[in-house]
Amino acid sequence: MAAAATGLLKPGTVLAAAWPANAFAAKTIDDALKQLYGTNAVTESKDIEIKAPLQAENGAVVPVAVSTSLPKPEAISLYVKENVQPLAAAIDLPRASGYFSARVKMAKTSEVRAVIKSGGKLYSTSMNIKVTVGGCGG
Amino acid sequence: MARKMKLRTRTREGKIEILVLINHPMETGLRKDKKTKEKIPAHYIQKMTLHHNGQLAAEANFGIGVSEDPLIGFRLDDAKNGDKVKVEWSDNKGETGAIEAVVEG
Repeated sequence: MAAAATGLLKPGTVLAAAWPANAFAAKTIDDALKQLYGTNAVTESKDIEIKAPLQAENGAVVPVAVSTSLPKPEAISLYVKENVQPLAAAIDLPRASGYFSARVKMAKTSEVRAVIKSGGKLYSTSMNIKVTVGGCGG
Repeated sequence: MARKMKLRTRTREGKIEILVLINHPMETGLRKDKKTKEKIPAHYIQKMTLHHNGQLAAEANFGIGVSEDPLIGFRLDDAKNGDKVKVEWSDNKGETGAIEAVVEG
């Protein structure tokens, strides 16, 4: 897993890279970034777009789409800062476009952050989504 | 028992978009049963791969922050009508699923 996380192995050369348990267990975005990519050095970028509602009535199902015009996107990851486990999804893109969409759970109003790896560097953008009813409680 | 899955393709912003829907509880392991007060065990999809004409195009890892009945979208730069796409997934309990389709933009 460490090799895959640091990018020493090319995506696709391993049959099934291990699920990055440490990154998903991380309590902060910075820690999750370190676990995933070996660094939390990210550059804010206007070439990443997050499409999502500014206000979500139901935090259990918040549609989020991330796209980027950065060249050769290698990976995308998506975070909900205020969730117990901020990392929602981490995607390697051996051939697919710099795009990913999903519906995510949000415990409460939070910053949602997208990180793109391009040319071995990390770029990021974020937006704030207001949640009226949280989606992680019991 | 196989879970219900749907896969459809469409053209978005000049690219082929792959949308996959899986009927899955995506239990976080943090919720409690309201009657018994016992924790509901975690049960969620952890891995998903997208193959395009037999080649790995995307490999996704999911955590408990992905909503119930995941609706996941990927896009392909170089796909065209008639191409084959395949999505496979596995969850933390070892359940797996797969669906194949032919691209129709």
